Amino acid sequence: MLCDNCQENDAIVHLTRIINGKKEEIHLCEDCAKKSNKFKLDSFNNISFQSMLSAILNENDSSDSSFMNNNLNNNNCNSCGLNYSEFTKSGEFGCADCYLEFEDELETLFKRIHGNKRHTGKKPANIEAEKEFQAEIDHLKAEMESAVEDERFEDAAEIRDEIHEIKKSMEEDIDESKNI
Amino acid sequence: MNQKIFDNNWLVESGDEKDVVLISRIRLARNLKNHHFPNKASIVEKEEIIEQLQNNLSFLESENFHFFKMEEFSALERDVLQEKNLISKCHSENIEGKALILNNKLHLSTMINEEDHLRIQVFGSGLDFSTIWQVADQFDDQIESEVEYAFSNKWGYLTSCPTNVGTALRASVMCHLPALVLSERINEVLGAVGKFGLTVRGVSGEGSGSAGELFQISNQITLGYTEKEIIDNLKSIILQIIREERRSRLYLVNKNYDKLKDNVLRSLGILKYAHRLKENEALNFLSKVKFGLDSGLIEEDINKNIFSELIFKIRTAHLQLNNYNSQEELDIKRAELIRNSL
Repeated sequence: MLCDNCQENDAIVHLTRIINGKKEEIHLCEDCAKKSNKFKLDSFNNISFQSMLSAILNENDSSDSSFMNNNLNNNNCNSCGLNYSEFTKSGEFGCADCYLEFEDELETLFKRIHGNKRHTGKKPANIEAEKEFQAEIDHLKAEMESAVEDERFEDAAEIRDEIHEIKKSMEEDIDESKNI
Repeated sequence: MNQKIFDNNWLVESGDEKDVVLISRIRLARNLKNHHFPNKASIVEKEEIIEQLQNNLSFLESENFHFFKMEEFSALERDVLQEKNLISKCHSENIEGKALILNNKLHLSTMINEEDHLRIQVFGSGLDFSTIWQVADQFDDQIESEVEYAFSNKWGYLTSCPTNVGTALRASVMCHLPALVLSERINEVLGAVGKFGLTVRGVSGEGSGSAGELFQISNQITLGYTEKEIIDNLKSIILQIIREERRSRLYLVNKNYDKLKDNVLRSLGILKYAHRLKENEALNFLSKVKFGLDSGLIEEDINKNIFSELIFKIRTAHLQLNNYNSQEELDIKRAELIRNSL
């Protein structure tokens, strides 16, 4: 029997697939079988993505633990019960509150995945952005002051830049609402 | 369901750069505030989400959208939806607590309770991000005015997977790149694409093998850039790829005119006279014929849109809709369908 694909070599790999009760037979030679993805299950892709993601997440755990003061990783999300180690395995958040629960770990993660840690795109119209922004700025200002007190000037400068970024996106929001 | 809806094929519409770009697609992921993401939600909660959406999105009915629970579809209909890229494989399995919104034209679909509560997708023929972004953006606004999304100022739209957070936007194109494949420049070009935060994968025919020299290119990064920046970046890279593909076509046609002409005409010959055709085989010959038509190697008067017209219709579940059953019968009907279109 000749290979279904190249019609040149003898088929040595035989595959029977049943989809919706319809039987399909595939016969391939060694070369074509190697090239064919038919023998790879779809889930392989997911596993490799998931395992890569969880490798990143777990790496975060070990390398960052030295300067993480409180061990947040043991916390469970209040709303859905997911804990951080489950998250590192599945690579999926259980609910919106997980983002708050794992906040400290996520900055590094997002920076790795996206190279960024702050959203600059579309916002729902009904979001009270300004209040939230102001709360964040107040929080960061306090952090900056304590950094200055501890003479961690590099950290302070970084926080200052972050405050600057937030103010900028606030202004952009105001500009946009003017346009509408 | 009414099977007539399956007849719609927006893909046959003309579009920009259609010699290289077949389909543009935009996908937005959204989640509702105060509900667990689907992976943590019980069936009961998923049903609640569906009910909440059905009750609140009253604009759907008046604007000719259709709301289906996935249980309303037969297994075969779900396969057809999947072949049309309107739902994912995952959405077609374990259908309890899942739903789907479709528009009449079948170029907008929204999967409910897939990986996220809402996965809005809009398709367009050719390279056409400005139109489809407008459609997706407006549809998103309409939903947003009726329900509250899970959103954070800092991180944008919150999604179940951290790779989607931020804009939760995935923009992609399906490209036909036969000359880059033939000239073996494809890896070089696609490798370069990766450096701009984009990913490429072969488009699968049957199973998961890539077929028909089709590639899907999409943005990988969703956080820290605006929707416009993401789309503009993708578009500018795609325009480069289009240019490279066209240059390669010219070069190959000049250099190997007789060999290529022979090759595309043989493919046309097989499609015209074959009695049985398997799906991948048909796709590969159609790809060659499309190349022949786009590069002027085939002078015969054949519908230039033949590839777009047949790409869904020749797929297994689409043929099964017409009650062709055994593989033998499917391959014969597939060959007949193609023959009659040429």
